[in-house]
Amino acid sequence: MDATELLTLYERMALVRRTEKAAHDLFMSGLVKGTTHLAAGHEAIAVGASAALRDDDYVFATYRGHHHALARGATPEECLAELMSRATGLCRAKGGSMHLTKASRNMLGSYAIVGAHLPMAVGAAWSARLRGTGQLAVAFFGDGATNIGAFHEALNLAAVWKLPVLFVCENNLYMEYTPIADVTAVARPAADRAPAYGIPGEVVDGNDVVAVRETVGALAERARAGGGPAIVEAETYRHFGHSRADPAAYRPAEEVERWLKHDPLDLARGRLAELGVEEETVTAADERARDAVQKAVEAAKNAPPPDPREALTDVWADGGAAWRT
Amino acid sequence: MADVITYREAVAEGIAREMRRDPAVVCLGEDIGEAGGVFKTTVGLLKEFGPERVWDTPISEQAIVGAAMGAAMTGMRPVAEIMFSDFLACCWDYLANEIPKVRYMTGGQVTVPLVVRTANGGGLGFGAQHSQATENWALTVPGLKIAAPTTPADVIGMMAAAIRSDDPVVFFEHKGLLASKGAPPPPDHVVELGRAAVVREGADVTLVALASMVPVALEAAARLAEEGIDAEVVDLRSLIPLDTAAVLASLAKTSRLVTVEENPYQGGWGATVVSVVADEGFDLLDAPVRRIAGECVPLPFADVLEEQVIPTTQKVVAAVRGLAAY
Ligand SMILES: Cc1ncc(C[n+]2csc(CCOP(=O)(O)OP(=O)(O)O)c2C)c(N)n1
Repeated sequence: MDATELLTLYERMALVRRTEKAAHDLFMSGLVKGTTHLAAGHEAIAVGASAALRDDDYVFATYRGHHHALARGATPEECLAELMSRATGLCRAKGGSMHLTKASRNMLGSYAIVGAHLPMAVGAAWSARLRGTGQLAVAFFGDGATNIGAFHEALNLAAVWKLPVLFVCENNLYMEYTPIADVTAVARPAADRAPAYGIPGEVVDGNDVVAVRETVGALAERARAGGGPAIVEAETYRHFGHSRADPAAYRPAEEVERWLKHDPLDLARGRLAELGVEEETVTAADERARDAVQKAVEAAKNAPPPDPREALTDVWADGGAAWRT
Repeated sequence: MADVITYREAVAEGIAREMRRDPAVVCLGEDIGEAGGVFKTTVGLLKEFGPERVWDTPISEQAIVGAAMGAAMTGMRPVAEIMFSDFLACCWDYLANEIPKVRYMTGGQVTVPLVVRTANGGGLGFGAQHSQATENWALTVPGLKIAAPTTPADVIGMMAAAIRSDDPVVFFEHKGLLASKGAPPPPDHVVELGRAAVVREGADVTLVALASMVPVALEAAARLAEEGIDAEVVDLRSLIPLDTAAVLASLAKTSRLVTVEENPYQGGWGATVVSVVADEGFDLLDAPVRRIAGECVPLPFADVLEEQVIPTTQKVVAAVRGLAAY
């Protein structure tokens, strides 16, 4: 990857990181209700994978999906406004943090039922094939989803129908509070299952944006050429707890320390230096990200709340909610 | 086309008519291709439309409905078959959490135009796990449209409406009606969802029924006529949208109401119908309302036991007699 592309990806990761930090602070100051599942630490997966995709490829994410929405073109302002229940939110304040969706960019949603979106991605890939568009579908999910029935049904169907779909597991070692290894029969919860479905299962350093970009890129090309689905297991770590104000006290200190030292932004910075990019150039990218998020926070704070009448819209395609004549 | 058609043939015919007019319509499900479906409701589709439009799936109810959803979100109009309605429970997440909510929770960004077809109901001695009438399950979920046709013509007309709908529709085909016959409807026959049909006019009492219970109500009405009681029979045809206007209009004529439903009394659709009447049509009533419904037990196997549990003509006649005398 050349320096220009890497710098672009770095800035996008910085934008995600800043947005997540802002979401955390807004939550702590009472401006975000409900819950948030922050993806700080996972940036390289969303940004690296997105860089390997076409703009019209379909993306499905989980409740931990801020990074995917941002990587696929949602703005920090739309995302933060959604979290803050504003009319200008990405889903008009009807979705919230767990359901960020940017359909105009084919980011077709974030789903809070673990594993539910994998069959949907299979269906989107099936549809792409039927329409002959050459599009790909990608489902991002956590390690916890690999023990759900829908995961296995989706893999088998995708494999027998040879569909252009990629399953990208963000293995951050934990489900909510339980280490995935304690409740899983195999060591690599996603990749080790791939052979059972006769498809490739690649393990990749999920904090290395270049490695993610290359792995996803190769499998995407294979899928587009008719080679069928594949699994990517991207190893990563979340910086915050599972959700809300979870301090993640269940994680051993040395483990946390080891992973924080293996930060995706630092890694990318190191690679940029190796490619001869000046320190100031990287810092300037960081500052642009910071400023953009600051502006987004202000704009979201100043946006109006939704019209209460919106509660009774959007059940049906006609825009309404009528269940009777 | 023949001058009579069976309900089961009407299912395939209804789907075929839509597949002919819209290339975005595709079918998926277990055994629906070469085998023509376990109830022979998809016979001929593979032959006419080929394997790119008619897809056999593994036994994977979550993948079937989940994939149908993904395809519907991206430009197709999938028709997914879940073999027996009892098996809807295996993919209930999609029917309760995913399909009906996605449009709402994305603020209107995503529409899910799909049909989930399934064989519903008892009467055939299939035992507790293959016989339930489950339309009331779907009724509890905001965001699903619910179709349950009674006649072959309605199967075709409502299939057209369901497949053309930009909203998700759960389409209940009643197992007990599959062999029943009727006149095939003309080309381009569409029965809009949310329009009940008055299938027998009457002046003394309104019987509101759905699917397999419509013939039961009609038979009861015929017997009651011999006793001088003139029953009107309303076939709801769809539960969402629910044609409450038709029920209230009928009641304005008859002033007595009996609902006849196969699903269990507890949480059944009749409860919704009578609650609307209690709210908005109380003044129309000259007698209490009565609900004839399935018993709150799993469906037993033996005919003699099944008859105890599912509403029969006799039970309807007895209830109406009581009301008429009120
Ligand atoms: C079907 C289902 N069961 C349980 C939950 C509750 N839950 C939410 S997140 C979560 C942990 C998921 O862990 P993982 O898949 O590893 O994703 P991560 O949160 O680490 O990104 C659980 C159990 C849920 N949302 N859906």
